[in-house]
Amino acid sequence: MLEINNLHVKLEEEDKVILRGVDLSVKAGEVHAIMGPNGSGKSTLSYVLAGRGGYEVTEGSARLDGQELLEMEPEARAAAGLFLAFQYPVEIPGVGNMTFLRTAVNAQKKARGEAELSAGEFLKLVREKARALKIDAEMLKRPVNVGFSGGEKKRNEILQMAMLEPRMCILDETDSGLDVDAMKLVSDGVNALRDAGRAFLVITHYQRLLDHIKPDVVHIMAAGRIVRSGGPELALEVEHNGYADLLAEVK
Amino acid sequence: MALAEAKLDALSGRIAGLSFAAKGWLGVARRTALDRLGAMGLPGRRDEYWRYTDPATLIAPEAPPAVLFDAGDEPPVFDTLDRVKIVFVDGEFDARASDDPRLAGVEIERLTEAGGRDSHWAQGLYGMLEARGQTPVQRPLAALNSAFATDGLLIRVTGRAKKPISLIYRRLSETSDAILHHCIKLDPGAELTLLENGPAAARFTKVMEVEVAEGARFHHIRSQGRDHQRRAATHIFARLGTRSLFKSFTLTANGRMTRNECVIELAGEAGVAHVAGAAVGDGDFHHDDTVFVTHAAPACESRQVFKKVLKNGATGVFQGKILVTSAAQKTDGYQISQSLLLDDDSQFLAKPELEIYADDVKCSHGSTSGAIDETSLFYLQSRGLPKRMAQSLLVLAFLAEAIGEIEDEGIADDIRSRLESWLHRHDH
Repeated sequence: MLEINNLHVKLEEEDKVILRGVDLSVKAGEVHAIMGPNGSGKSTLSYVLAGRGGYEVTEGSARLDGQELLEMEPEARAAAGLFLAFQYPVEIPGVGNMTFLRTAVNAQKKARGEAELSAGEFLKLVREKARALKIDAEMLKRPVNVGFSGGEKKRNEILQMAMLEPRMCILDETDSGLDVDAMKLVSDGVNALRDAGRAFLVITHYQRLLDHIKPDVVHIMAAGRIVRSGGPELALEVEHNGYADLLAEVK
Repeated sequence: MALAEAKLDALSGRIAGLSFAAKGWLGVARRTALDRLGAMGLPGRRDEYWRYTDPATLIAPEAPPAVLFDAGDEPPVFDTLDRVKIVFVDGEFDARASDDPRLAGVEIERLTEAGGRDSHWAQGLYGMLEARGQTPVQRPLAALNSAFATDGLLIRVTGRAKKPISLIYRRLSETSDAILHHCIKLDPGAELTLLENGPAAARFTKVMEVEVAEGARFHHIRSQGRDHQRRAATHIFARLGTRSLFKSFTLTANGRMTRNECVIELAGEAGVAHVAGAAVGDGDFHHDDTVFVTHAAPACESRQVFKKVLKNGATGVFQGKILVTSAAQKTDGYQISQSLLLDDDSQFLAKPELEIYADDVKCSHGSTSGAIDETSLFYLQSRGLPKRMAQSLLVLAFLAEAIGEIEDEGIADDIRSRLESWLHRHDH
């Protein structure tokens, strides 16, 4: 589903190279985890895939179902089925969460040439999905992420994911700032979306999230590349020994 | 003395073509206003409160011509609200287009009809709050208005008005120069919502004096017309009694030149005064909010919330002051002025001021200018919103705090949809 080949990325404003040849292949139905120390380029990879400005791709490609993502506007990537759950979801005062969700869902449907949801259809759907994530009516009414706790923000990201039904989901440190209960709730939300036609790329520092969201493949990223890939046991190895041993071994 | 002479020359040029009606109680009020005006002359660029706004077109003998605006099929704002409509066309009252002004709890008279009498309740208000508002900052255009207003309304509110009074200012002329003066008096416990909309004239000079007695509530929402070319100098002078409430919101979308002055005196304990504005301008747009709030009694609350969205070289000005006298302990004052600059050509000039003589007060103020937040924009786009839609949403989000000052949700929705259509029209 997602094919990344030899991806090189530098910052637009300064001459700093962040990704140095990332190769990654994620198939439909799979869950891949990317782990790695701070500054290894994990978040940059997620931003570049979603189309955030400020980065320059100097080499390589990233395809979603054969379509070159890197040429597309962020909204076109979203309509094509890509979703990024943000590490720091953005607060948007003055825009109701519900309005935002409906605008997003219908903008994507429109871009794909599908019929937009009526107010009634949307409401029914959002209530059902919100209930599973323990998001109450009050939270749906409030402005997007304004005054939300860390856990509420992350649950709201998962709600957006559930509503938008993307095929390729990227979770950028979704576990950061979550307590045990919130992590369980968020993970359950993600697991409910696991499906043969959908793939996940889970970026995290810690193994604990992967106890809840079980990956098929674990990658270790360091200095802008994927230096090792393996099964779930690789995450446990990181948990026990830290990154230092692993990285020394690679060198 | 050259400066004073220039100001007086400008004054004689400006008033040469205006007629002065000297009859009745109004004649007396006009004469004292003329005396005030004569002592001040007209504003000049060197006056402290006119540094950011050139008064030239507001004081010129003739109104600079302004081409009419074609709103297409977009209905006027407030169109669907149940209200009592009173229509002025280029500053002249239009009886045919207006509703029957009878409304329980409210007496409405025209200035030209009531002014010739020997006495009237408005004697204690007309020009009085304007005169009080001349210190410490002179407002010559307001004095000019009191002296030469051609018409206006005298509204006395004795109870709770069941529906809003809606003043509609149409414009059919490219050269009209309208001067209107309204007086509104709310008796103790009374309540009124006043709506105003429309461009009014090629040049519009307006004064509204509002006396809000103990426990009374006054809501004011206006939308200043979509014309690109019109010019306006408006003034609100309000005095608030004990536990009264005054809330004023203004939407300004377009307008070559707008100066909105608002002078509020919190004269009774525990009064609440909120004044807010949302302005959106594209290109040849100059918009100035000049606000002065005086806390003269204890435990009052005031809020000033002004937001401007500027593009293609538009200019925004905010001059806002909170003055807390020594009597006004437990004051709660808040002031925010912010601009969203959509390009590098636009500018926002802000002069926030606090002057406090009481020791137990809570006052905060802030002023910022910035561009659209790239992270927010990316967030919305990453959810599938096209860039322009995302930008519009963020502009509305930026203005939300100001619009939030409108209590009536239906009216707030109307203002929001007006903004959305402006954003749609100016989406380039």
